[in-house]
Amino acid sequence: MKKTVLLGALTVAGLAAGAAAAGTLDDVKARGTLNCGVTTGLVGFAAPDADGVWGGFDVSICRAVAAAVLGDSTAVEFVPTTGKTRFTALASGEIDMLARNTTWTFSRDVDLKFTFVGINYYDGQGFMVPKDLGVSSATELDGATVCIQTGTTTELNLADFFRSNNISYEPVPIETNAEGQQQYLAGACDVYTTDASGLAATRATFEAPGDHVLLPEIISKEPLGPLVRHGDNEWGDVVRWTLNALVTAEELGVTSANIGEMSAGTNNPEINRLLGTEGTLGAMLGLDAEWAKNAIMSGGNYGEIFAKNIGEETPIGLARGLNAQWTNGGLIYSPPFR
Amino acid sequence: MSDVSFVRTDMLPEQDPPGSEVGAIGWLRHNLFSSWINGIVTLLSIYAIYFVLAGILPWVFQSVWNSGSLTECREIMTATWGQTHGHACWGVINERWLQLLFGFYPKELYGRPILSLVLLLVAITPILFNMISRRMNWFLLVLAFFVTAVLMDASVFVWILRAGFAGATLVIGYQLVTLSGADRAEQIAQGAKRLPNPLMFTAIYPFLMPWLMWGGTIWPAICTAFGFVIGYLVLRFGKAYMSELLTMIVAVAAAVIWWLVLSGYVSSGLSSVLPIGIEAVQSRQFGGFMLAILLGVVAIGCSLPIGVVLALGRQSDLVVVKFLCVGFIEFIRGVPLITLLFVASLLLNIFLPPGTNFDIILRVMIMMTFFSAAYMAEVIRGGLAALPRGQYEGADSLGLDYWQAQRLIIMPQALKVSIPGIVSTFIGIFKDTTLVSIIGLFDVIGLTQAIRADTSWNGIYWELFAFIAFLFFIVCFSMSRYSMYLERKLQTGHS
Repeated sequence: MKKTVLLGALTVAGLAAGAAAAGTLDDVKARGTLNCGVTTGLVGFAAPDADGVWGGFDVSICRAVAAAVLGDSTAVEFVPTTGKTRFTALASGEIDMLARNTTWTFSRDVDLKFTFVGINYYDGQGFMVPKDLGVSSATELDGATVCIQTGTTTELNLADFFRSNNISYEPVPIETNAEGQQQYLAGACDVYTTDASGLAATRATFEAPGDHVLLPEIISKEPLGPLVRHGDNEWGDVVRWTLNALVTAEELGVTSANIGEMSAGTNNPEINRLLGTEGTLGAMLGLDAEWAKNAIMSGGNYGEIFAKNIGEETPIGLARGLNAQWTNGGLIYSPPFR
Repeated sequence: MSDVSFVRTDMLPEQDPPGSEVGAIGWLRHNLFSSWINGIVTLLSIYAIYFVLAGILPWVFQSVWNSGSLTECREIMTATWGQTHGHACWGVINERWLQLLFGFYPKELYGRPILSLVLLLVAITPILFNMISRRMNWFLLVLAFFVTAVLMDASVFVWILRAGFAGATLVIGYQLVTLSGADRAEQIAQGAKRLPNPLMFTAIYPFLMPWLMWGGTIWPAICTAFGFVIGYLVLRFGKAYMSELLTMIVAVAAAVIWWLVLSGYVSSGLSSVLPIGIEAVQSRQFGGFMLAILLGVVAIGCSLPIGVVLALGRQSDLVVVKFLCVGFIEFIRGVPLITLLFVASLLLNIFLPPGTNFDIILRVMIMMTFFSAAYMAEVIRGGLAALPRGQYEGADSLGLDYWQAQRLIIMPQALKVSIPGIVSTFIGIFKDTTLVSIIGLFDVIGLTQAIRADTSWNGIYWELFAFIAFLFFIVCFSMSRYSMYLERKLQTGHS
């Protein structure tokens, strides 16, 4: 019944070939919505509520970019992607940016031709074991059965770790995190391994979280961040500096609560430049002067987003750790707004 | 000779059968304990059933319905039963059942998919049950429209609709109640005018349904339907000027040219001049069980006719047609459905230029239809193969042409033989719709992952799958029962 779509596809195909050079920023402005790729559901990072409204740590980045570009944090079309479809969706232009807890690796950046614009969460692979197993270090796990998601970098990291420590393990392949929880709780494996943030979120759902411990070893680096296509640097700058604006806002003490009075003008010139009362940073990006103010007002600064979605007050209860500001001993650091 | 005493001359009175052969005891003896092996098997089966039910029933019924999160569920369970093991937390279904049914379809528009479903049932009734009278079918239809009109926001136009449909419902309903079927048949035999064939609405429905589901202006639906009208007109009047084969080719070509070249401009032109329509809904917002039904209905509805054509094509004497059909069937059957879905979602994205917006649900529909059509073709070919050669020869000897022979003699028998296989394929493709969760569509399985990603419900597992199993069981079991009904109805053997 919708065969006209075929025609539409062909027509649009012709038009798009000419319009492809126009740039993502102009496309987004013309369309009036941002197409943002997210996961199909990951606790704390992206999930729809009962009304279908998306929320979470990664989702907040999408909303901040939409607020910066369009002035409206709700002008986002969330496109759920799976681990298999995410890169094609971005490469084909179905989405403008991907904020889907994706690890920044060499091959993804160079070979798959994407640009990671920054890191919004420093993660790493960890281990969870039942307390009564009596294990206090991952090096004592010789001969253990390990629940592991297949086809992920965690699988490769695990093999590397056990080989370099000269110990053996027996993998129990699982497909999803939910399945992993069930298998681990049913005793099908002694150890459950995935990203530490995922382990913490999983443990928080157990009936007796105290019966399970996270081992101290973190065996991999998993810097997660939003990414865009190679070759559109203007758009990459917009996403990169939106993320930096959230980070800088926390560093400078700009919150969603005090941003109103701060944007009236302060003694700190960097705050003034950030919020657009001084300088022309917005115009340089091709956005209006209040772009960063809008981005910060959409969900708060980086610290507020962290605290609201995955921080210690939430059931997931992640400490800032590596994700604290550099001034507090963490790795979260933004180049200056100048 | 009458004093010969060893011949009984009078009948003995009838006696009741022994108590062990009738009533409950007799039934038990015959059916459950007819021998000692059967007795043991019966006892073991009863124990197995008890074992399963003893686990499931308390889980289902000693459960928590009102809670906002899994933690709250567990607190209530501990307070009520002292333990959390063996009790379901239906709070998640209570909170999310609308989402599981409709996905992200806008809440205020839920009436549209519901109306589509009701109209679907009305539209397929004359196909599924030919014993339902036309009056009954029209009554159901106008009743559905009347209820819709009542539920719509009031305006002058809506009041006219309400009055019109109320009148129609009353008139047909009154007739239904006062005039019995036999009397009506007599009236018709004496030349009373019949109601129009309800299959009219069935023919309109495929164009009405997408409009109701996706919304927007009504013109694309009308323009698409107009393509069929063009094809029909060419077929009807072209025969006077051209050979039959040529007419058919021209008809198809005219329709295709209309769809591909002209209808897009005409419908967008008409839409801008006369924007008659309803609120548009994006494909992204489709989801839940509604998506399964939508994909299932389209795949089932389109695959049967395509399957028939492919099965006939495979047996055709025309070499090109035959090889095309064999190639299509063997290729599609040789590839897993999940691969086809990945092609639909990923490969097409790479082939089509950036910015192309070829609706993802439409792509998936096409792939699922192809997939089930290939299987359908083989099932129907099995039915064709089961017919004795005499049937084909008999048709030829009556002087029927190819299409008449197929329509009147071959297909009715072949389809009847293939009913169990056809319905199995239907049920299979309906269940396969859950595979779309792998390409990121939020069907009912995909939604379970999204729901578990909510911090309130992280860690919940079996309750969601139990609910989904329940939904699928209803639909699949109905299809299975219907096929058994159809087999009984079409039974012509003497056994």
